[in-house]
Amino acid sequence: MSMNNTTQGDYQTSQTLETFGFLPKFTQDEVFDQITYLVSMGLTPSIEHEHPGSSSNHYWTMWKLPMFGEQDPVRVMDEIEQCRRSYPNHHIRLIGYDNYTQSQGVCFVVHEGKA
Amino acid sequence: MAIKSYDAGVKEYRDMYWTPDYVPLDTDLLACFKCTGQAGVPREEVAAAVAAESSTGTWSTVWSELLTDLEYYKGRAYRIEDVPGDSESFYAFVAYPIDLFEEGSVVNVLTSLVGNVFGFKALRHLRLEDIRFPIAYIKTCGGPPAGIQVERDRLNKYGRPMLGATIKPKLGLSAKNYGRAVYECLRGGLDLTKDDENVNSQPFMRWRDRFEFVSEAIRKAEMETGERKGHYLNVTSATPEDMYERAEFAKEVGCPIIMHDFLTGGFTANTGLANWCRKNGMLLHIHRAMHAVIDRHPKHGIHFRVLAKCLRLSGGDHLHTGTVVGKLEGDRASTLGFVDQLRESFVPEDRSRGVFFDQDWGSMPGVFAVASGGIHVWHMPALVTIFGDDSVLQFGGGTQGHPWGNAAGAAANRVALEASVKARNQGREIEKEARDILTEAAKSSPELAIAMDTWKEIKFEFDTVDKLDVS
Repeated sequence: MSMNNTTQGDYQTSQTLETFGFLPKFTQDEVFDQITYLVSMGLTPSIEHEHPGSSSNHYWTMWKLPMFGEQDPVRVMDEIEQCRRSYPNHHIRLIGYDNYTQSQGVCFVVHEGKA
Repeated sequence: MAIKSYDAGVKEYRDMYWTPDYVPLDTDLLACFKCTGQAGVPREEVAAAVAAESSTGTWSTVWSELLTDLEYYKGRAYRIEDVPGDSESFYAFVAYPIDLFEEGSVVNVLTSLVGNVFGFKALRHLRLEDIRFPIAYIKTCGGPPAGIQVERDRLNKYGRPMLGATIKPKLGLSAKNYGRAVYECLRGGLDLTKDDENVNSQPFMRWRDRFEFVSEAIRKAEMETGERKGHYLNVTSATPEDMYERAEFAKEVGCPIIMHDFLTGGFTANTGLANWCRKNGMLLHIHRAMHAVIDRHPKHGIHFRVLAKCLRLSGGDHLHTGTVVGKLEGDRASTLGFVDQLRESFVPEDRSRGVFFDQDWGSMPGVFAVASGGIHVWHMPALVTIFGDDSVLQFGGGTQGHPWGNAAGAAANRVALEASVKARNQGREIEKEARDILTEAAKSSPELAIAMDTWKEIKFEFDTVDKLDVS
């Protein structure tokens, strides 16, 4: 969001895609931190991807199966990278499944594809 | 069975209703009252009177008592405890057999427990501090129409509190201008906006017009942001017929959530509306106007933890709980005590939080805690720490009072929220490091920078009137 005298105060709507959509794009280190949190909370990492045109659906396509029992954030980072190489134009999100609440304790877009 | 004969007259309550040897059953409904008796009345007599008058007793013996087994139906005062730091009051614990109450009716429970007994002459003050609902009774109640987990899935909100705002000014806007204010908040980054509780269907804005313009605002914001949005359309009205008519129309225009005021509207209306919501796939936001009339006096009335428990049983997906940090009353430990009652499946007794009984909620869905009133971006790290993810943080003035308007105000709050959650997940102590975290986040958000400057001086630091009784 640029700010100068003519645009100051003009808030432009953007596609923000839910949690963390309002922060600057995460660096690799920042993604790593969130995966570390996810694992430390006992959540199961999982990766999903979807073409930006269909991203408003509840269901995106799963990248392989959820990574049950995975404790190593590096391996989760590797899977995100593989997913990105296979689907460079897709949005990719990282999920932390919580089997106690049957919800997701973490869910945010780690890579934005171009529409 | 013992043979009894009829002995007309007035007896001491304690002869029948003070039973210190009684061991409560798992199926009993238990209550803790804070009693302040008239001078000279013994504690046991006061406690027994409360048990009697809130269950089977009346002031005089009557012959028809002998046609039933009152030993089975009576409430029993089974324990008396000192109130820490208070020599004139004491806690009385009363056990009621489950058959005294109609299944699935918090109305019936409250009519007994907080009915006539509160005007009883032998008492100066009486306060219902807590109720332990037996799981057998809980299973007869409908509870939240959707619950936390289902609402998250429907609205696609994960890993953070949701963000809302009450539309201001709360009275006087036309429906079209009102919808504009909603649209600006939602496109700027709020998940939900809210009708003020005072907004029903007044001459300046009839409900039908409001519902139509608001639903257009939601749809447009959803399309532009790629996020799911909602607005609590208040269906609280003069009659149940009006209420259901409005609820039906809210569903028809595609709004995912409606709203009700459970105390002014009443528990009967609330339970009926919750059942309607469950049947119709609608979420239900619950406001609590009138609660402070009932719950604020430390020696008289009903503690809010009881009203919160009753609401979870009656049904609601959100309930206002106070903010701890904002403009309205609320002690931190006490607030967390009843926030647990809304969200957890089991809450253990914990006197440091004002929780008098273990409470097993079984499979009853959880209710989002709503923090609303006098909060702004500077409070965000504290709010995230206090309320955790399963909450709705609502910034009315703190969104719409932004110098650049609602959308920028919403964005400022959303950036502050996400920066707080991100930092928390990184293991930082966000309440202590609030200033650093927000200042960092403001570097990439001019909206947040201006908001921080606008509200830097506002604090609400008055002492709490209703404090927990702790030694």
